[in-house]
Parts: sequence; structure tokens; C-alpha cells
Amino acid sequence: MLNWLRRPKYSSLQRRDMPAGLWAKCPRCNNLIYRKELERNLKVCPKCGFHHRLTALERLEITLDQDSFEEIDAELTSTDPLKFEGYPQKLQEAKEKTGGAEAVITGEGTIDGYRTVIGVLDFHFMGGSMGSAVGEKVARASEQARDRQLPLVMFSASGGARMQEGALSLMQLAKTSAAVGRLHDAGFPYISVMCDPTTGGVTASFAFLGDVILAEPGALIGFAGRRVIEQTIRHKLPDDFQTAEFCLNKGLIDLVVTRSDMRSTVARLLSFFGAPRVEPVPVAAEPATPEPAQSRSGSSAADE
Amino acid sequence: MAATLPGPSTDLDRQLQDLEGEIERLRRLAREQAIDLGGEIATLETRAEDVRKKIYTNPSPWHIVQLARHSQRPRLVDFVASLFTDVVELHGDRLFRDDPAMLAALARFEGRPVVVVGHNKGKDTKENIARNFGMPYPEGYRKALRVMRLAEKFHYPVIAFVDTPGAFPGDEAEERGQAEAIARNIEEMSRLRTSVIVVITGEGGSGGALAIAVGDLTLMLQYAIYTVISPEGCAAILWHDATKAAEAAAALRLTAKDLQALKIVDEVLPEPFGGAHRDPEAAITSVRSALQRHLPGMGQMPVQAMLERRYAKYRSLGQIVA
Ligand SMILES: [Zn+2]
Repeated sequence: MLNWLRRPKYSSLQRRDMPAGLWAKCPRCNNLIYRKELERNLKVCPKCGFHHRLTALERLEITLDQDSFEEIDAELTSTDPLKFEGYPQKLQEAKEKTGGAEAVITGEGTIDGYRTVIGVLDFHFMGGSMGSAVGEKVARASEQARDRQLPLVMFSASGGARMQEGALSLMQLAKTSAAVGRLHDAGFPYISVMCDPTTGGVTASFAFLGDVILAEPGALIGFAGRRVIEQTIRHKLPDDFQTAEFCLNKGLIDLVVTRSDMRSTVARLLSFFGAPRVEPVPVAAEPATPEPAQSRSGSSAADE
Repeated sequence: MAATLPGPSTDLDRQLQDLEGEIERLRRLAREQAIDLGGEIATLETRAEDVRKKIYTNPSPWHIVQLARHSQRPRLVDFVASLFTDVVELHGDRLFRDDPAMLAALARFEGRPVVVVGHNKGKDTKENIARNFGMPYPEGYRKALRVMRLAEKFHYPVIAFVDTPGAFPGDEAEERGQAEAIARNIEEMSRLRTSVIVVITGEGGSGGALAIAVGDLTLMLQYAIYTVISPEGCAAILWHDATKAAEAAAALRLTAKDLQALKIVDEVLPEPFGGAHRDPEAAITSVRSALQRHLPGMGQMPVQAMLERRYAKYRSLGQIVA
């Protein structure tokens, strides 16, 4: 189903990521959902609206126009600068699990015809943690947006800095924030979308520096972890603490946008900020409508 | 710190701890029984001093963590009192409140106007409670940024002193945008149109440290630390065992020497033998002589060239393969 993405090497990944079985249990409402139905609904529970986490590839697929994605820096990856025990193995496992080389995919594409540089963090790759390579790719994406006079759209899902790279990972907060600062200075729009979860070093850098900050419903968004905070203040936190809705209420983000509205909302913002649009407007990988059964089963067969 | 402090990390530590315990026991005995154990105690003291010397000569990363956190290590107020004149402290972020964990001031260094910001750790429990152990809320970072903007307006150099366990992890800090405040400072400092000298004097605790530590020159005292996560936190996450903090301290490469090798730190400032707490004035002098060397040259470069250089520095940090 991802054969339109120009990265054939990774095109069979999604299937591997899917838990086995025809039915999925929703972690919020506990209902059993027919897996195909869940997929057709962009992995949002049709019963309770719970937004299941997406892989970076899934996110790109539901966000960009068909065939529009040109990946950059696909092979770029972190090394093991500190010779940190177990890190090369963890990195290797994450590569095998996701099929990607790092915890972010970056590139250029169109959203409803609006040209943009886009980056998507993958929580499935070492918790979306930001090491040297993630920082580098985000900085390069920001620089590419500036050089090509395009907007930048970042979808974040990350537990924070990658501690196996020590202070070098901390420095990626500076690297990415400085790069985004230059994009701001140059006058090009930057839309930041926070998905579940966006915490730690990614929030304390590029994710909170968008001109407009959107979030998916229910996404966990915060700097410090709930457990650390509870230990510090010595009382329990409310259930909704650090949710997207909580952040909206506290004035920290601009909008909470459902997954089915995300693509059109981002497109509207890109339009508002004057993003260039390609003509004719490409075919949307229309999120709200299920793909015809034939093409779906056709590409599945190709995947397997 | 005391509650979570793991046991000794090396044989030398253990020896020292045993010796200190024995000395303490003999002292108590001498007091309670009114007997003279002076000779025995003196012998043990000499042995303890020998062990201490061995430890100080080549401190392990975990020892350095202890030194960086030492309660008698010179604090920001000591540096400010000794290094600067005409100090005018500025309060508040103009938005919410004044955060005592962050200090901001106008000052002169050998006659030259500068702007000072820094984490304001206390020396004793009372001071530390008042200053939240040097762990700022968002308003602390926003105060620092406000005053750095003032420096920018008048083209005065900023000198930022880093000494914090981290940004305060509390519910109100989150509600008021801890992440945003840190991100904002990092971005704004990366393009602040005046020169910035960063001096890491004690604990450089992750994002809460970096939020005032983006600049043109990063100096670091010999036994300060700078890390993405505390060794205890790292050990707890990686090995589910906070007592492995000593191992984590070594793995994280958080010492000044390590960070210089990684090009994160430009210059390591020597400390007195055994650590800054053994001779605070000597540690402060070390910082003074670095400022004397570097400050006159700062601000000579045209602003745009300075910003390019600052950008290139942070842009180059990290290791990747393609
Ligand atoms: Zn549900």
C-alpha cells in the first residue's frame, strides 16, 4: 500500500509492523475493532476516537499527495560516538524493526498541491529519540526549506533526547532550534504537529518553535515525565495532565486537530502562509474515504 | 542527593569510607569514655588523606559528579561577588513572577559593562529551598531571555553561568510551558546579536542548562559536568538500577575533558587540587583569568560573522554516517 512512496527498499514495512490477527483491541475503550476498519479509519478507533500511534511511513501516506514524496538523507544514521554499551545493538534492532535508518524521515512533497519540506519522527525507532542523525536531518530539512523557499512541516513523536549519545544528543536541541530560527528569520512558515507522545528534548527544541503548533487528540505532550513530576511534587497528577487538550487549555498550543482533519488543516495553513502550489493539484490519498478494495489488496499482495 | 547517593564506586572509595567510619567511631569512643585515642586517630587521618590524594589525582567520572555537586562548591553569588562590580540585579520576567532559581544582573567586569545570567543554587538547605535548588521554572528562563535582550540592545556581552540539576520538573512548570521556554531561549540565543560566553561552573543538567548555554564560547571548570540526563536517571532507565550511577557517569562522557574532546566545550578551566570547594577563590580566579583572556576579543567580530560562526559551531556537533 506504500508503493507510491519512492523508497522501494522500505515498501513492505508496514505489514511487518502490524500486530497479527484480524481484530485489534482498542486500549482506551477495550472494544474489538476489525483491523481493516481501523486502518480505513486512519487508525482512529471508530467507537471512541482513540488515535493509535502511526509509523512515520503511515503518517507520510495519509498526509502527502500520492507520488509526491522525495526523501532526503534516507541512509543517514547515527554512529556510536561515546562507545555506549549496547547502543549499536539497539540501533540495529530499531533499523530492522522499522526498516528505516533513523527515527525521522525527511523529504519534500505536496499536501493538496502545496509544496513543503516535511519531517516525520517515528516513535517505533528507539522511541523517536533525537541523536546526532535525527538532529542533523531535522536541521537539513529546515535548511532545505529555507534554500528552496518552502514551508517546513514537522510531525513529532518522541520520548526526547537519545541518552546513548550523551551531551551530543543534547546539542541537537541547539542544532535544530538554530536551524528553525534561520527559517523563521528568512520568513518561511513552519508548522509543528505534535503526535503521541512528544516529550523531553524534542518539545524543548523544534517542536515548540512552530509558527503554528497543532496536536492530535489525546497526545501526550510535556517536558518532564509524569513519574518524575509526581515524585518531585509528592502528589498525584490529574489523568488529563500533559494531554493535547490540557496543553490547549493552558495556552501552550494553537489547535487540537483530529487525524481525519489534519491534512486539510495543514493544507489550509500552508495556503494561508503563501506556500507555492503545483498545478494541476495532485491526487490526494484521500484520508476520509477508504481506498477501493481492489487496489488495497493488489498492493498488499505486492508487499508480501 | 543524599537519599539516592549510591555506595562507593571503587576500592579507593570504599577504603576511604571505611577509614572515615573508623575515625568517627574512635572519636565517639574517645568522647564517651573520656580516653585519649589521639594517636590512633591521627594515624588513620594520615591514611585517609593518602587515599584522598589518590582519588583527587585521577578522579573517576563519578567522583567528578560528586565534586560538581559539592555543597561547598562556589556558587553563582560567589562568582558574581568576586568577579564583578556595580552589580544591579534585575528581577522578573514581566509576565508571571520573579524566579529566584535564576539570577539576572547588569554588572561590570574590570570596568566593562556585561550582562550576567545564571542558575542560582544555594549553599545550604535554607538557601536551596528559597532558590528551588537552582532549578528554574519557565519564568526563570523568560527572565534570562528578557535580560539577554537588553544586552543585545546595548551590544554588551552576555556571560551565562551554568549550575543546575535541571529545569524544575513540576506540574506548574509544565503548565506554564517549561518546554516552550527552554526551546525559545535556545533558539533566541542561537541568533542573539551580541556575544555570549558560557561558563559551566557546576552541574550542567540537560535542557535546563542548555536554555542559557548557547553561545560563542563555552568554558567549563575542570570538575563541572554537563549531561543530557543525570547518571542516576540514566542508570534507572537503562539498567533499572539507580545504584549503577557510577557506571552511567562514565558511559555518558559528562566530564569537561570528555566534552572538550567532543568539541562541545572550547576550553577547560583548571580547578584547585581536589576540587573547587577546597579553595573557592582559586576556582574563581581561574574563571577570572579566562574572562580576561577572552572578553576583550569578544564583540570585535562583525555581528553577522559572529552569528555565522555560532551557527556553524552548533551545526557541526554530532556524529553521523550516510
Ligand atoms: Zn476505542
